[in-house]
Amino acid sequence: MSGLSFLSKERIVARPGYSRWLIPPAALCVHLCIGQAYAFSVFNLPMTKLLGITASTPDDWTIPELGWIFSIAIAVLGLSAALLGRWVEEGGPRKAMFTAALCWGGGFVVSSIGVYIHQIWLIYLGYGVLGGFGLGIGYISPVSTLIKWFPDRPGMATGMAIMGFGGAAFIASPLSVWLMAEFSTPEHVGVAETFLLMGAIYVCFMMVGAVIVRVPAPGWKPAGYVAPVQPKKLITTQNVYVYDAVKTPQFWLIWLVLCLNVTAGIGVLGQASAMSQEMFPGHVTPVAAAGFVGLMSLFNMGGRFLWASVSDYIGRKNTYFIFFLLGALLYAAVPYTGEIGALPLFVAAYAVIYTMYGGGFATVPAYLKDMFGTRYVGAIHGLLLTAWSVAGVAGPALVNYIREYNLAHGVAKAQAYNVTMYVMAGLLVVGFICNYFVTAVHERYHMKRREAGAETETETGAATA
Amino acid sequence: MEASERSGNAGNVVKLVLAWSFVGIPLALGVAQTLSNAMKLFQ
Repeated sequence: MSGLSFLSKERIVARPGYSRWLIPPAALCVHLCIGQAYAFSVFNLPMTKLLGITASTPDDWTIPELGWIFSIAIAVLGLSAALLGRWVEEGGPRKAMFTAALCWGGGFVVSSIGVYIHQIWLIYLGYGVLGGFGLGIGYISPVSTLIKWFPDRPGMATGMAIMGFGGAAFIASPLSVWLMAEFSTPEHVGVAETFLLMGAIYVCFMMVGAVIVRVPAPGWKPAGYVAPVQPKKLITTQNVYVYDAVKTPQFWLIWLVLCLNVTAGIGVLGQASAMSQEMFPGHVTPVAAAGFVGLMSLFNMGGRFLWASVSDYIGRKNTYFIFFLLGALLYAAVPYTGEIGALPLFVAAYAVIYTMYGGGFATVPAYLKDMFGTRYVGAIHGLLLTAWSVAGVAGPALVNYIREYNLAHGVAKAQAYNVTMYVMAGLLVVGFICNYFVTAVHERYHMKRREAGAETETETGAATA
Repeated sequence: MEASERSGNAGNVVKLVLAWSFVGIPLALGVAQTLSNAMKLFQ
C-alpha cells in the first residue's frame, strides 16, 4: 500500500500560502464529469440501433431495457454514498477522487465492451454498478473539504461544486453527440468508441482534481475569520458521529426535506418537454420544447450556486422555507398560466421552481454542517443521498401515474397536469412542515461529550472550535 | 523574504487561472450552446 501513500490525507495537507480558491475547481473537476449521468439519455436512441444501424431490429435493445442503466446508476449512487461515506471522510478527498475517477472511467470502459459484444448486463454492471460507485464516491468526495476550507461561506463553497453536477450535461451532451457522429460509419453506430474515449477523458479530468485538492492544516482558518465560540440557534460548534446522526430526528426531518423538494422537482423535470407542448398546444413546438428543457437546466444549475450562497446570509432553514412556500405557490399557479395561455408566465414560474430544485441539493450539505458539525458532514451527506434515490423513483412514477389516470378518465391533455401540480404543491407544504420542526441537535449526541477525548480533533478547528 | 512571498503569490495566481480555466472554459462553452438552443423557445 506504500505505493499509494500519495493518496493519503496526511500527504495532502496544504502548505502555508496555498490558495483555498483552488479547491472549488478541484471539486468541479469531479462534479463536471460525474454529472454526465444527467445526459446519459443521448445514448438511448443510438443504443436501440446497434444491430439494425438505421432502424431497430427485434434483437436490438429496447428503451425500457436501456432505462434501467440510469436507474441502477442512481440507486447505486445513493447506496455507495451511504455505505462509503465514512471511508471517504476518513480517507480524505484525494483517495476518494482517485477512486471515483477509476470507478467512473472504468464504468465507461466496461460499458464500451458491453456495447461492442452486445451484452446489456455488462452495461448494467459497468455504467450502472461501477459507474454508480464513481457517482456516489465522487459526489460526496469534496463536500467536507470545501466546508473546512470555507467555514465563513460553506453554502457558497458546496454550491459551486454541486452546480458543476447540474452543469455537466451541458458539456457531456454535445460532446457525446459529436463523438458518436465522428465514430459512426454506414455499418456501425459509434457508441462503443464514444464510451471508451469518454471514459479516458473523464479519468484524466478527475485526476486533475485529485492532484489539486488539499486539506487545510490543523487549526487553519481564513484570514480575518473568527470561529464562533458559542453555538448559534441552529449552527452547532460541536460534532456528531456519523452513525449517531441517523439516530436524531433532525437527520430524518432533513432527509424528508430533501426528498420532498427533489420529488416535486424531478417529477416534472422528466415531463417538462411533453408538458409544455400539451399545455400550450400550437404554441410550443417540439424544437421549442427542447429549448425549454435546456433553459430549465440552466436555471437548475444557476440555482445551485445562487441559493446555496444566499443561505450563508439568511440561514438554511429560512432558505428551505422559501423553497417550500414559494414553490407551492408557483406549482399551484402553473395550471392557471395554462388556462389563460400565458407562456411567458409559465416559463417564468418554472424557471424559479428549477432554481429552487437545484438549490435544494446545493444547500443541504451546509444544512447538515450546521446541525451535525464539520467532522463527519461528508459521510452524513452520503447517508442523506438515499433521499435522492427514493425521490428519483417516486417523483417520475407519481407524475406518470397521475397523468395516465387523468387521461384514462377523459381529462383533456392540456388539463392532465393540473392535479399533478396541486399534488406537488401539497408535497412542498409537507416539506415546509418538516422543515419547521428542525431544531438544534440535543447535546447528548455531541461527540465531545460522548467520546470524552477518545476522538481527537485532527481536522481544522475553524468550524469545530 | 518579500521577494519569495511575491513569487509565491504570482505562482498562486497562475495556478488559479489555470485551474479555473480548466473547468470554466468547457462549462462556459456548454452553457453558451444550451442558451443558444433555448432561444428557440422564444422564436
